Amino acid sequence: MNTVALAPPRKRRHLLRNSGFLALPLIILVWSVADPSLGRELLDWVPYLASGFMMNIVIALLAMTLGTLVGTLFGILELAPYRLVRYPVVAYVQVFRNAPHLVLIFATTYIFPFEIVVAGHYLPFPDWVKAVIGLAIPASAYVAEITRGAIQSIPTTQWEAAKGLGFSQGQALRWIILPQCLRRSLPPWMNLFASITMGTALASLVGVHELLHAATDASTAVRRLDFTIVAYLVVMAAFFMLCYPISRLTRRLEGRFNAA
Amino acid sequence: MNTSADNAIVRLEDVHLSFGQTHVLKGIDLTVNKGDAVSIIGPSGSGKSTILRCINALVQPQSGRITVGGTRVDQLSKESERIALRKRVGIVFQQYNLFPHLTVLDNIVLAPTRILGADRREAEKLARELLDKVRLAEKADAYPGQLSGGQQQRVAIARALAMKPELVLFDEVTSALDPETVGEVLWVIRDLIRDGMTSILVTHEMRFAEEISDTVVFTENGRIIDHGSPEQIFHTSDNPRIRQFVGGLSGGRGAVRDGEGI
Repeated sequence: MNTVALAPPRKRRHLLRNSGFLALPLIILVWSVADPSLGRELLDWVPYLASGFMMNIVIALLAMTLGTLVGTLFGILELAPYRLVRYPVVAYVQVFRNAPHLVLIFATTYIFPFEIVVAGHYLPFPDWVKAVIGLAIPASAYVAEITRGAIQSIPTTQWEAAKGLGFSQGQALRWIILPQCLRRSLPPWMNLFASITMGTALASLVGVHELLHAATDASTAVRRLDFTIVAYLVVMAAFFMLCYPISRLTRRLEGRFNAA
Repeated sequence: MNTSADNAIVRLEDVHLSFGQTHVLKGIDLTVNKGDAVSIIGPSGSGKSTILRCINALVQPQSGRITVGGTRVDQLSKESERIALRKRVGIVFQQYNLFPHLTVLDNIVLAPTRILGADRREAEKLARELLDKVRLAEKADAYPGQLSGGQQQRVAIARALAMKPELVLFDEVTSALDPETVGEVLWVIRDLIRDGMTSILVTHEMRFAEEISDTVVFTENGRIIDHGSPEQIFHTSDNPRIRQFVGGLSGGRGAVRDGEGI
Protein backbone atom coordinates (compact mmCIF):
# COMPACT_ATOMS: atom_id res chain seq x y z
CA MET A 1 0.00 0.00 0.00
CA ASN A 2 2.77 2.40 0.98
CA THR A 3 4.64 2.03 -2.27
CA VAL A 4 1.48 2.68 -4.22
CA ALA A 5 0.91 5.87 -2.32
CA LEU A 6 4.53 7.02 -2.60
CA ALA A 7 5.24 6.38 -6.25
CA PRO A 8 3.33 8.57 -8.68
CA PRO A 9 1.53 6.69 -11.43
CA ARG A 10 3.69 5.60 -14.33
CA LYS A 11 2.50 8.24 -16.75
CA ARG A 12 3.04 11.11 -14.35
CA ARG A 13 6.48 9.83 -13.51
CA HIS A 14 7.36 9.92 -17.19
CA LEU A 15 6.10 13.47 -17.46
CA LEU A 16 8.08 14.55 -14.40
CA ARG A 17 11.24 12.99 -15.75
CA ASN A 18 10.85 14.50 -19.20
CA SER A 19 10.08 17.95 -17.83
CA GLY A 20 13.20 17.65 -15.68
CA PHE A 21 15.09 16.81 -18.85
CA LEU A 22 13.68 19.89 -20.57
CA ALA A 23 13.86 22.35 -17.65
CA LEU A 24 17.32 23.83 -18.32
CA PRO A 25 16.88 24.26 -22.09
CA LEU A 26 13.47 25.75 -21.41
CA ILE A 27 14.84 28.38 -19.01
CA ILE A 28 17.51 29.29 -21.55
CA LEU A 29 14.96 29.53 -24.36
CA VAL A 30 12.43 31.59 -22.39
CA TRP A 31 15.11 33.99 -21.18
CA SER A 32 16.50 34.42 -24.71
CA VAL A 33 13.05 35.16 -26.11
CA ALA A 34 12.17 37.53 -23.27
CA ASP A 35 15.35 39.52 -23.87
CA PRO A 36 16.08 39.40 -27.62
CA SER A 37 19.45 41.17 -27.27
CA LEU A 38 20.57 38.36 -25.00
CA GLY A 39 19.13 35.77 -27.38
CA ARG A 40 21.01 37.25 -30.33
CA GLU A 41 24.25 37.32 -28.35
CA LEU A 42 23.80 33.71 -27.33
CA LEU A 43 23.01 32.65 -30.89
CA ASP A 44 26.25 34.23 -32.05
CA TRP A 45 28.22 32.21 -29.55
CA VAL A 46 26.44 28.87 -30.02
CA PRO A 47 28.79 27.55 -32.76
CA TYR A 48 31.80 28.40 -30.59
CA LEU A 49 30.27 26.67 -27.57
CA ALA A 50 29.28 23.67 -29.73
CA SER A 51 32.82 23.28 -31.02
CA GLY A 52 33.94 23.27 -27.38
CA PHE A 53 31.42 20.61 -26.49
CA MET A 54 32.57 18.43 -29.37
CA MET A 55 35.94 18.40 -27.67
CA ASN A 56 34.37 17.15 -24.43
CA ILE A 57 32.69 14.33 -26.31
CA VAL A 58 35.86 13.40 -28.18
CA ILE A 59 37.93 13.41 -24.97
CA ALA A 60 35.33 11.34 -23.11
CA LEU A 61 34.99 8.75 -25.88
CA LEU A 62 38.73 8.36 -26.39
CA ALA A 63 39.47 8.24 -22.65
CA MET A 64 36.82 5.58 -22.12
CA THR A 65 37.95 3.53 -25.11
CA LEU A 66 41.55 3.60 -23.97
CA GLY A 67 40.59 3.11 -20.31
CA THR A 68 38.35 0.15 -21.14
CA LEU A 69 40.96 -1.63 -23.26
CA VAL A 70 43.72 -1.21 -20.69
CA GLY A 71 41.40 -1.68 -17.71
CA THR A 72 39.92 -4.96 -18.93
CA LEU A 73 43.39 -6.37 -19.45
CA PHE A 74 44.53 -5.11 -16.03
CA GLY A 75 41.42 -6.53 -14.37
CA ILE A 76 42.32 -9.97 -15.71
CA LEU A 77 45.97 -9.51 -14.70
CA GLU A 78 44.89 -8.56 -11.17
CA LEU A 79 43.84 -12.21 -10.85
CA ALA A 80 46.98 -13.63 -12.44
CA PRO A 81 48.51 -16.51 -10.48
CA TYR A 82 51.98 -14.95 -10.67
CA ARG A 83 52.83 -12.33 -8.07
CA LEU A 84 55.31 -10.70 -10.40
CA VAL A 85 52.43 -9.85 -12.72
CA ARG A 86 49.74 -9.28 -10.11
CA TYR A 87 51.48 -6.95 -7.66
CA PRO A 88 52.47 -4.16 -10.08
CA VAL A 89 48.99 -4.17 -11.62
CA VAL A 90 47.28 -4.05 -8.23
CA ALA A 91 49.57 -1.18 -7.24
CA TYR A 92 48.71 0.72 -10.44
CA VAL A 93 45.00 0.22 -9.88
CA GLN A 94 45.07 1.26 -6.22
CA VAL A 95 47.21 4.35 -6.83
CA PHE A 96 45.25 5.72 -9.77
CA ARG A 97 41.80 4.78 -8.55
CA ASN A 98 42.42 6.97 -5.54
CA ALA A 99 44.00 9.93 -7.33
CA PRO A 100 41.90 13.04 -8.11
CA HIS A 101 41.22 13.32 -11.83
CA LEU A 102 42.38 16.92 -11.81
CA VAL A 103 45.76 15.93 -10.40
CA LEU A 104 46.22 13.35 -13.15
CA ILE A 105 45.26 15.86 -15.85
CA PHE A 106 47.76 18.37 -14.48
CA ALA A 107 50.40 15.67 -14.21
CA THR A 108 50.01 14.42 -17.79
CA THR A 109 49.88 17.97 -19.11
CA TYR A 110 53.08 19.10 -17.47
CA ILE A 111 55.04 15.85 -17.50
CA PHE A 112 54.62 15.00 -21.20
CA PRO A 113 56.46 17.22 -23.72
CA PHE A 114 54.49 19.48 -26.07
CA GLU A 115 55.93 17.66 -29.06
CA ILE A 116 57.53 14.31 -29.69
CA VAL A 117 60.23 13.35 -32.15
CA VAL A 118 59.47 10.31 -34.28
CA ALA A 119 62.14 9.38 -36.81
CA GLY A 120 63.34 12.96 -37.16
CA HIS A 121 59.82 14.41 -37.48
CA TYR A 122 58.47 16.73 -34.84
CA LEU A 123 54.93 15.69 -34.00
CA PRO A 124 52.82 17.99 -31.83
CA PHE A 125 51.51 16.47 -28.63
CA PRO A 126 48.45 18.67 -28.02
CA ASP A 127 47.01 19.33 -24.60
CA TRP A 128 43.71 17.65 -25.38
CA VAL A 129 45.51 14.35 -26.06
CA LYS A 130 47.22 14.72 -22.69
CA ALA A 131 43.81 15.28 -21.13
CA VAL A 132 42.62 12.06 -22.79
CA ILE A 133 45.51 10.20 -21.18
CA GLY A 134 44.95 11.99 -17.86
CA LEU A 135 41.36 10.72 -17.77
CA ALA A 136 42.10 7.32 -19.32
CA ILE A 137 44.41 6.48 -16.42
CA PRO A 138 41.77 6.64 -13.66
CA ALA A 139 39.21 5.16 -16.09
CA SER A 140 41.48 2.16 -16.66
CA ALA A 141 41.94 1.73 -12.91
CA TYR A 142 38.17 1.75 -12.37
CA VAL A 143 37.51 -0.57 -15.31
CA ALA A 144 40.14 -2.95 -13.91
CA GLU A 145 38.27 -3.10 -10.61
CA ILE A 146 34.93 -3.54 -12.37
CA THR A 147 36.38 -6.38 -14.45
CA ARG A 148 38.09 -8.06 -11.50
CA GLY A 149 34.91 -7.86 -9.44
CA ALA A 150 32.80 -9.25 -12.28
CA ILE A 151 35.17 -12.18 -12.87
CA GLN A 152 35.21 -13.01 -9.16
CA SER A 153 31.43 -12.81 -8.97
CA ILE A 154 31.06 -15.67 -11.45
CA PRO A 155 30.57 -18.90 -9.43
CA THR A 156 33.59 -21.22 -9.45
CA THR A 157 31.28 -23.98 -10.64
CA GLN A 158 31.28 -22.25 -14.04
CA TRP A 159 35.05 -22.69 -14.22
CA GLU A 160 34.66 -26.30 -13.13
CA ALA A 161 32.03 -26.99 -15.78
CA ALA A 162 34.29 -25.46 -18.41
CA LYS A 163 37.24 -27.52 -17.20
CA GLY A 164 35.13 -30.67 -17.29
CA LEU A 165 34.38 -30.02 -20.95
CA GLY A 166 38.08 -29.65 -21.79
CA PHE A 167 38.39 -25.85 -21.81
CA SER A 168 41.76 -24.37 -20.88
CA GLN A 169 41.83 -21.47 -18.41
CA GLY A 170 42.15 -18.96 -21.23
CA GLN A 171 39.37 -20.52 -23.30
CA ALA A 172 37.07 -20.64 -20.28
CA LEU A 173 37.79 -16.97 -19.61
CA ARG A 174 37.20 -16.00 -23.24
CA TRP A 175 34.07 -18.04 -23.98
CA ILE A 176 32.35 -18.55 -20.65
CA ILE A 177 33.48 -16.14 -17.94
CA LEU A 178 34.04 -12.81 -19.76
CA PRO A 179 30.75 -12.93 -21.71
CA GLN A 180 28.96 -13.26 -18.38
CA CYS A 181 31.04 -10.40 -16.97
CA LEU A 182 29.95 -8.14 -19.81
CA ARG A 183 26.37 -8.08 -18.58
CA ARG A 184 27.35 -7.61 -14.97
CA SER A 185 29.82 -4.84 -15.55
CA LEU A 186 27.80 -2.79 -18.03
CA PRO A 187 25.90 -0.75 -15.40
CA PRO A 188 29.02 0.27 -13.39
CA TRP A 189 30.84 0.89 -16.65
CA MET A 190 28.17 3.33 -17.76
CA ASN A 191 28.34 5.08 -14.39
CA LEU A 192 32.04 5.53 -14.97
CA PHE A 193 31.35 6.79 -18.48
CA ALA A 194 29.08 9.51 -17.09
CA SER A 195 31.64 10.41 -14.43
CA ILE A 196 34.50 10.62 -16.94
CA THR A 197 32.35 12.69 -19.29
CA MET A 198 31.75 15.20 -16.51
CA GLY A 199 35.46 15.08 -15.73
CA THR A 200 36.31 16.35 -19.21
CA ALA A 201 35.40 19.86 -17.97
CA LEU A 202 38.56 19.68 -15.85
CA ALA A 203 40.58 19.90 -19.06
CA SER A 204 39.61 23.58 -19.25
CA LEU A 205 42.01 24.20 -16.38
CA VAL A 206 45.00 23.19 -18.50
CA GLY A 207 43.86 25.28 -21.45
CA VAL A 208 42.03 22.72 -23.57
CA HIS A 209 39.39 24.38 -25.70
CA GLU A 210 36.34 22.55 -24.46
CA LEU A 211 32.87 23.70 -23.46
CA LEU A 212 33.64 25.21 -20.06
CA HIS A 213 36.64 26.99 -21.50
CA ALA A 214 34.54 28.26 -24.40
CA ALA A 215 31.84 29.53 -22.04
CA THR A 216 34.45 31.42 -20.02
CA ASP A 217 35.83 32.91 -23.24
CA ALA A 218 32.36 33.96 -24.27
CA SER A 219 31.41 35.56 -20.98
CA THR A 220 34.73 37.46 -20.85
CA ALA A 221 34.14 38.77 -24.36
CA VAL A 222 30.49 39.77 -23.91
CA ARG A 223 30.81 41.15 -20.38
CA ARG A 224 27.12 40.95 -19.45
CA LEU A 225 26.04 39.35 -16.21
CA ASP A 226 22.85 37.86 -17.68
CA PHE A 227 24.85 36.43 -20.59
CA THR A 228 27.35 34.91 -18.19
CA ILE A 229 24.54 33.21 -16.30
CA VAL A 230 22.93 31.89 -19.48
CA ALA A 231 26.30 30.73 -20.85
CA TYR A 232 26.94 28.59 -17.78
CA LEU A 233 23.35 27.36 -17.89
CA VAL A 234 24.10 26.18 -21.43
CA VAL A 235 27.18 24.36 -20.13
CA MET A 236 25.13 22.62 -17.43
CA ALA A 237 22.34 21.80 -19.87
CA ALA A 238 24.80 20.30 -22.36
CA PHE A 239 26.41 18.02 -19.77
CA PHE A 240 23.03 17.12 -18.35
CA MET A 241 21.65 16.18 -21.75
CA LEU A 242 24.66 13.94 -22.34
CA CYS A 243 24.98 12.30 -18.91
CA TYR A 244 21.38 11.98 -17.84
CA PRO A 245 20.37 9.53 -20.62
CA ILE A 246 23.43 7.45 -19.72
CA SER A 247 22.42 7.22 -16.07
CA ARG A 248 18.78 6.50 -17.02
CA LEU A 249 19.90 3.69 -19.31
CA THR A 250 22.15 2.36 -16.55
CA ARG A 251 19.22 2.27 -14.14
CA ARG A 252 17.11 0.43 -16.70
CA LEU A 253 19.84 -2.12 -17.38
CA GLU A 254 20.45 -2.67 -13.66
CA GLY A 255 16.75 -3.38 -13.22
CA ARG A 256 16.75 -5.80 -16.13
CA PHE A 257 19.81 -7.68 -14.92
CA ASN A 258 18.52 -7.89 -11.38
CA ALA A 259 15.30 -9.38 -12.68
CA ALA A 260 17.13 -11.88 -14.92
CA MET B 1 33.81 -60.59 -12.82
CA ASN B 2 35.67 -57.86 -14.76
CA THR B 3 38.97 -59.56 -15.31
CA SER B 4 39.57 -59.09 -19.02
CA ALA B 5 42.31 -56.46 -19.17
CA ASP B 6 41.60 -55.52 -22.80
CA ASN B 7 38.08 -54.55 -21.96
CA ALA B 8 38.88 -52.24 -19.05
CA ILE B 9 38.41 -48.57 -19.89
CA VAL B 10 39.06 -47.26 -16.38
CA ARG B 11 41.40 -48.81 -13.85
CA LEU B 12 42.28 -47.40 -10.46
CA GLU B 13 44.96 -49.17 -8.42
CA ASP B 14 45.69 -48.31 -4.81
CA VAL B 15 44.79 -44.63 -5.22
CA HIS B 16 45.53 -42.42 -2.21
CA LEU B 17 44.54 -38.79 -2.00
CA SER B 18 44.55 -36.18 0.77
CA PHE B 19 43.41 -32.59 0.88
CA GLY B 20 45.81 -31.12 3.42
CA GLN B 21 45.44 -33.19 6.59
CA THR B 22 42.28 -34.93 5.41
CA HIS B 23 42.87 -38.36 4.00
CA VAL B 24 40.02 -38.67 1.49
CA LEU B 25 40.94 -41.75 -0.53
CA LYS B 26 42.80 -44.54 1.29
CA GLY B 27 43.65 -47.02 -1.42
CA ILE B 28 40.92 -47.26 -4.05
CA ASP B 29 40.94 -50.15 -6.54
CA LEU B 30 38.32 -50.01 -9.23
CA THR B 31 37.96 -51.43 -12.72
CA VAL B 32 35.31 -50.36 -15.19
CA ASN B 33 34.83 -52.25 -18.42
CA LYS B 34 33.80 -50.70 -21.70
CA GLY B 35 30.04 -50.43 -21.95
CA ASP B 36 29.48 -51.06 -18.26
CA ALA B 37 27.53 -48.97 -15.80
CA VAL B 38 29.11 -48.77 -12.38
CA SER B 39 27.37 -47.14 -9.44
CA ILE B 40 29.31 -45.86 -6.46
CA ILE B 41 27.19 -45.70 -3.33
CA GLY B 42 27.95 -44.99 0.27
CA PRO B 43 27.51 -42.39 2.99
CA SER B 44 28.32 -38.71 2.40
CA GLY B 45 31.99 -37.81 2.77
CA SER B 46 33.17 -41.28 1.88
CA GLY B 47 35.09 -40.00 -1.16
CA LYS B 48 32.66 -40.95 -3.92
CA SER B 49 32.82 -37.67 -5.83
CA THR B 50 36.57 -37.48 -5.38
CA ILE B 51 36.95 -40.80 -7.19
CA LEU B 52 35.18 -39.28 -10.20
CA ARG B 53 37.33 -36.15 -10.04
CA CYS B 54 40.47 -38.30 -10.08
CA ILE B 55 39.30 -40.07 -13.21
CA ASN B 56 39.09 -36.89 -15.28
CA ALA B 57 42.09 -35.26 -13.59
CA LEU B 58 40.22 -32.48 -11.83
CA VAL B 59 42.22 -33.56 -8.78
CA GLN B 60 45.57 -35.32 -8.63
CA PRO B 61 46.09 -38.21 -6.22
CA GLN B 62 49.26 -38.47 -4.14
CA SER B 63 49.89 -42.08 -5.09
CA GLY B 64 48.43 -44.96 -7.04
CA ARG B 65 47.81 -45.69 -10.70
CA ILE B 66 44.86 -44.39 -12.73
CA THR B 67 44.47 -45.57 -16.30
CA VAL B 68 41.74 -44.27 -18.59
CA GLY B 69 41.61 -45.78 -22.06
CA GLY B 70 45.38 -46.30 -22.21
CA THR B 71 46.27 -42.95 -20.60
CA ARG B 72 48.13 -42.96 -17.28
CA VAL B 73 46.15 -40.16 -15.66
CA ASP B 74 48.26 -40.09 -12.50
CA GLN B 75 51.37 -39.36 -14.57
CA LEU B 76 49.94 -36.42 -16.51
CA SER B 77 52.09 -33.41 -15.66
CA LYS B 78 51.02 -30.85 -18.23
CA GLU B 79 47.68 -29.03 -18.19
CA SER B 80 47.39 -29.65 -21.94
CA GLU B 81 47.52 -33.41 -21.32
CA ARG B 82 44.77 -33.16 -18.70
CA ILE B 83 42.67 -31.13 -21.12
CA ALA B 84 43.13 -33.81 -23.77
CA LEU B 85 41.88 -36.37 -21.26
CA ARG B 86 38.86 -34.30 -20.24
CA LYS B 87 37.76 -34.06 -23.85
CA ARG B 88 37.40 -37.85 -23.78
CA VAL B 89 35.69 -38.10 -20.38
CA GLY B 90 32.36 -36.37 -19.90
CA ILE B 91 31.23 -35.22 -16.48
CA VAL B 92 27.81 -34.13 -15.26
CA PHE B 93 27.61 -32.23 -11.97
CA GLN B 94 25.10 -32.14 -9.17
CA GLN B 95 24.32 -28.46 -9.79
CA TYR B 96 24.10 -28.80 -13.62
CA ASN B 97 26.40 -25.73 -14.06
CA LEU B 98 24.95 -24.70 -17.39
CA PHE B 99 26.26 -21.47 -18.89
CA PRO B 100 23.47 -18.99 -18.06
CA HIS B 101 24.32 -16.48 -20.80
CA LEU B 102 23.89 -19.01 -23.60
CA THR B 103 20.80 -20.69 -25.00
CA VAL B 104 20.35 -24.41 -24.53
CA LEU B 105 21.58 -25.04 -28.06
CA ASP B 106 24.65 -22.82 -27.61
CA ASN B 107 25.45 -24.51 -24.30
CA ILE B 108 25.72 -27.79 -26.17
CA VAL B 109 27.46 -26.41 -29.26
CA LEU B 110 30.09 -24.28 -27.47
CA ALA B 111 32.61 -26.96 -26.50
CA PRO B 112 32.51 -28.96 -29.77
CA THR B 113 33.00 -25.82 -31.88
CA ARG B 114 35.49 -23.98 -29.69
CA ILE B 115 37.42 -26.89 -28.25
CA LEU B 116 37.21 -29.61 -30.88
CA GLY B 117 37.00 -27.18 -33.79
CA ALA B 118 33.86 -28.83 -35.14
CA ASP B 119 31.88 -27.22 -37.94
CA ARG B 120 29.11 -25.07 -36.47
CA ARG B 121 26.39 -26.60 -38.64
CA GLU B 122 27.37 -30.18 -37.85
CA ALA B 123 27.67 -29.36 -34.17
CA GLU B 124 24.16 -27.90 -34.22
CA LYS B 125 22.82 -30.96 -35.97
CA LEU B 126 24.36 -33.19 -33.32
CA ALA B 127 23.09 -30.88 -30.57
CA ARG B 128 19.54 -31.14 -31.88
CA GLU B 129 19.79 -34.91 -32.05
CA LEU B 130 21.00 -34.98 -28.46
CA LEU B 131 18.23 -32.63 -27.35
CA ASP B 132 15.80 -34.99 -29.01
CA LYS B 133 17.37 -37.83 -27.07
CA VAL B 134 16.95 -36.03 -23.74
CA ARG B 135 13.43 -35.01 -24.86
CA LEU B 136 14.01 -31.30 -24.90
CA ALA B 137 13.97 -30.60 -28.65
CA GLU B 138 11.51 -27.74 -28.20
CA LYS B 139 13.75 -25.98 -25.65
CA ALA B 140 16.71 -25.38 -27.98
CA ASP B 141 16.32 -21.60 -27.89
CA ALA B 142 15.43 -21.28 -24.21
CA TYR B 143 17.90 -19.99 -21.64
CA PRO B 144 18.89 -22.19 -18.67
CA GLY B 145 17.12 -19.82 -16.26
CA GLN B 146 13.83 -20.61 -17.97
CA LEU B 147 14.12 -24.36 -17.38
CA SER B 148 13.31 -26.52 -14.39
CA GLY B 149 16.11 -28.29 -12.54
CA GLY B 150 15.37 -31.58 -14.24
CA GLN B 151 15.37 -29.96 -17.67
CA GLN B 152 18.64 -28.17 -16.93
CA GLN B 153 20.23 -31.42 -15.84
CA ARG B 154 19.13 -33.12 -19.05
CA VAL B 155 20.70 -30.28 -21.04
CA ALA B 156 23.88 -30.76 -19.00
CA ILE B 157 23.87 -34.43 -19.99
CA ALA B 158 23.40 -33.50 -23.67
CA ARG B 159 26.24 -30.99 -23.32
CA ALA B 160 28.58 -33.68 -22.00
CA LEU B 161 27.53 -36.10 -24.76
CA ALA B 162 28.19 -33.51 -27.48
CA MET B 163 31.92 -34.06 -26.92
CA LYS B 164 31.38 -37.72 -27.90
CA PRO B 165 33.09 -38.95 -24.73
CA GLU B 166 34.39 -42.49 -24.21
CA LEU B 167 32.73 -42.53 -20.82
CA VAL B 168 30.53 -40.25 -18.73
CA LEU B 169 30.84 -39.54 -15.02
CA PHE B 170 27.62 -38.65 -13.20
CA ASP B 171 28.25 -36.89 -9.90
CA GLU B 172 25.06 -37.11 -7.80
CA VAL B 173 23.14 -35.69 -10.72
CA THR B 174 19.73 -36.00 -9.09
CA SER B 175 20.65 -34.83 -5.58
CA ALA B 176 19.77 -31.19 -6.21
CA LEU B 177 16.47 -31.96 -7.93
CA ASP B 178 13.02 -31.96 -6.46
CA PRO B 179 11.46 -35.43 -6.38
CA GLU B 180 9.13 -34.75 -9.29
CA THR B 181 11.91 -34.15 -11.78
CA VAL B 182 14.30 -36.85 -10.61
CA GLY B 183 12.47 -39.39 -12.75
CA GLU B 184 12.95 -37.60 -16.07
CA VAL B 185 16.70 -37.37 -15.51
CA LEU B 186 17.01 -41.02 -14.52
CA TRP B 187 15.02 -41.93 -17.63
CA VAL B 188 17.62 -40.24 -19.83
CA ILE B 189 20.53 -41.91 -18.03
CA ARG B 190 18.86 -45.29 -18.30
CA ASP B 191 18.47 -44.80 -22.07
CA LEU B 192 22.10 -43.85 -22.33
CA ILE B 193 23.29 -46.92 -20.46
CA ARG B 194 21.09 -49.16 -22.59
CA ASP B 195 22.74 -47.65 -25.66
CA GLY B 196 26.03 -48.92 -24.24
CA MET B 197 27.60 -45.71 -22.90
CA THR B 198 30.20 -46.49 -20.28
CA SER B 199 28.99 -44.71 -17.17
CA ILE B 200 30.21 -44.23 -13.64
CA LEU B 201 27.56 -42.87 -11.32
CA VAL B 202 27.80 -41.54 -7.82
CA THR B 203 24.24 -41.76 -6.63
CA HIS B 204 21.86 -41.97 -3.73
CA GLU B 205 19.09 -43.44 -5.88
CA MET B 206 19.37 -47.01 -4.63
CA ARG B 207 16.56 -48.48 -6.70
CA PHE B 208 17.95 -46.89 -9.81
CA ALA B 209 21.48 -48.10 -9.06
CA GLU B 210 20.16 -51.58 -8.53
CA GLU B 211 18.26 -51.55 -11.80
CA ILE B 212 20.84 -50.15 -14.23
CA SER B 213 24.24 -51.09 -12.79
CA ASP B 214 26.47 -53.90 -13.92
CA THR B 215 28.55 -53.36 -10.80
CA VAL B 216 27.80 -51.57 -7.56
CA VAL B 217 30.63 -50.28 -5.39
CA PHE B 218 30.15 -49.43 -1.74
CA THR B 219 32.54 -46.87 -0.27
CA GLU B 220 33.04 -45.72 3.25
CA ASN B 221 35.79 -43.59 4.80
CA GLY B 222 37.83 -43.47 1.61
CA ARG B 223 37.86 -47.23 1.08
CA ILE B 224 35.87 -49.58 -1.08
CA ILE B 225 34.18 -51.86 1.42
CA ASP B 226 32.63 -54.14 -1.14
CA HIS B 227 31.75 -54.39 -4.80
CA GLY B 228 29.74 -56.79 -6.86
CA SER B 229 26.55 -57.23 -8.81
CA PRO B 230 23.53 -55.22 -7.65
CA GLU B 231 22.05 -58.47 -6.38
CA GLN B 232 25.11 -59.11 -4.21
CA ILE B 233 25.29 -55.62 -2.74
CA PHE B 234 21.63 -54.94 -2.23
CA HIS B 235 20.32 -58.36 -1.26
CA THR B 236 22.87 -60.97 -0.39
CA SER B 237 25.64 -58.93 1.21
CA ASP B 238 26.71 -60.29 4.58
CA ASN B 239 28.44 -57.04 5.48
CA PRO B 240 26.31 -55.54 8.28
CA ARG B 241 27.32 -51.98 7.42
CA ILE B 242 26.08 -52.36 3.84
CA ARG B 243 22.89 -54.07 4.95
CA GLN B 244 22.21 -51.23 7.33
CA PHE B 245 22.96 -48.52 4.72
CA VAL B 246 20.98 -50.14 1.91
CA GLY B 247 18.08 -51.03 4.16
CA GLY B 248 17.91 -47.54 5.61
CA LEU B 249 17.85 -45.79 2.26
CA SER B 250 16.07 -47.90 -0.29
CA GLY B 251 13.06 -48.54 1.85
CA GLY B 252 11.57 -45.08 2.12
CA ARG B 253 12.87 -43.29 -0.93
CA GLY B 254 12.63 -46.19 -3.31
CA ALA B 255 8.99 -46.75 -2.50
CA VAL B 256 8.17 -43.19 -3.54
CA ARG B 257 9.98 -43.68 -6.84
CA ASP B 258 8.00 -46.82 -7.54
CA GLY B 259 4.84 -44.90 -6.95
CA GLU B 260 5.81 -42.58 -9.78
CA GLY B 261 6.33 -45.47 -12.13
CA ILE B 262 10.01 -44.92 -12.74
